[in-house]
Amino acid sequence: MILAKVVGTVVTTISHPDYKNRRLLVVQPLGLEDEAPNTDFIALDNTHAGIGDTVLVNREGNGARQVLQNPNACVISVIVGIVDSVYLQE
Amino acid sequence: MLLGIVKGNAVCTMKYPGTQGLKLLVVQPVNKHLQPLGGLQVAADTVQAGEGDLCVMVRAREAALALPDEKFVPIDLALVGIVDELEVRSDESFKLTLQRGWNPYS
Repeated sequence: MILAKVVGTVVTTISHPDYKNRRLLVVQPLGLEDEAPNTDFIALDNTHAGIGDTVLVNREGNGARQVLQNPNACVISVIVGIVDSVYLQE
Repeated sequence: MLLGIVKGNAVCTMKYPGTQGLKLLVVQPVNKHLQPLGGLQVAADTVQAGEGDLCVMVRAREAALALPDEKFVPIDLALVGIVDELEVRSDESFKLTLQRGWNPYS
């Protein structure tokens, strides 16, 4: 799972049935200042996150299928938590 | 999952069994600002997208799961949604780096 910031929303009216009734959000992975920034991606929302929230994203298909309780869901990235705080060793 | 813009279509007469009848589209993967990411790729279409459409795509094993009938086929990129509206805040709106020590977010 990775830490990411929700930076945008995606609206799709025509989409695969597995994506119905959930929102798609644009997320940007967080990193340390001296690291090269990671590229953004799209994740399915399972937690009612919004723009500006720091979230926990599962980026693995089998985990996503468990979260969605659909053994054939064609989803890789799912937002599974909203982060309150992060502590990093000094 | 990632965004891509449809640039054209690809036609194959010889295809792996199970992939007959699939529409193949040439897509350019893009980032949130719609800037190109790498080169052109070919994706299987499940949503009847057309040239110029901005789409949501899925990679890896899940691309084959997105197909309507056959689920065990050699497909590694599929279109799963057509984007009507994309709202992205500028990079300056958020702090995108983690600091040492406590990072409170709420």
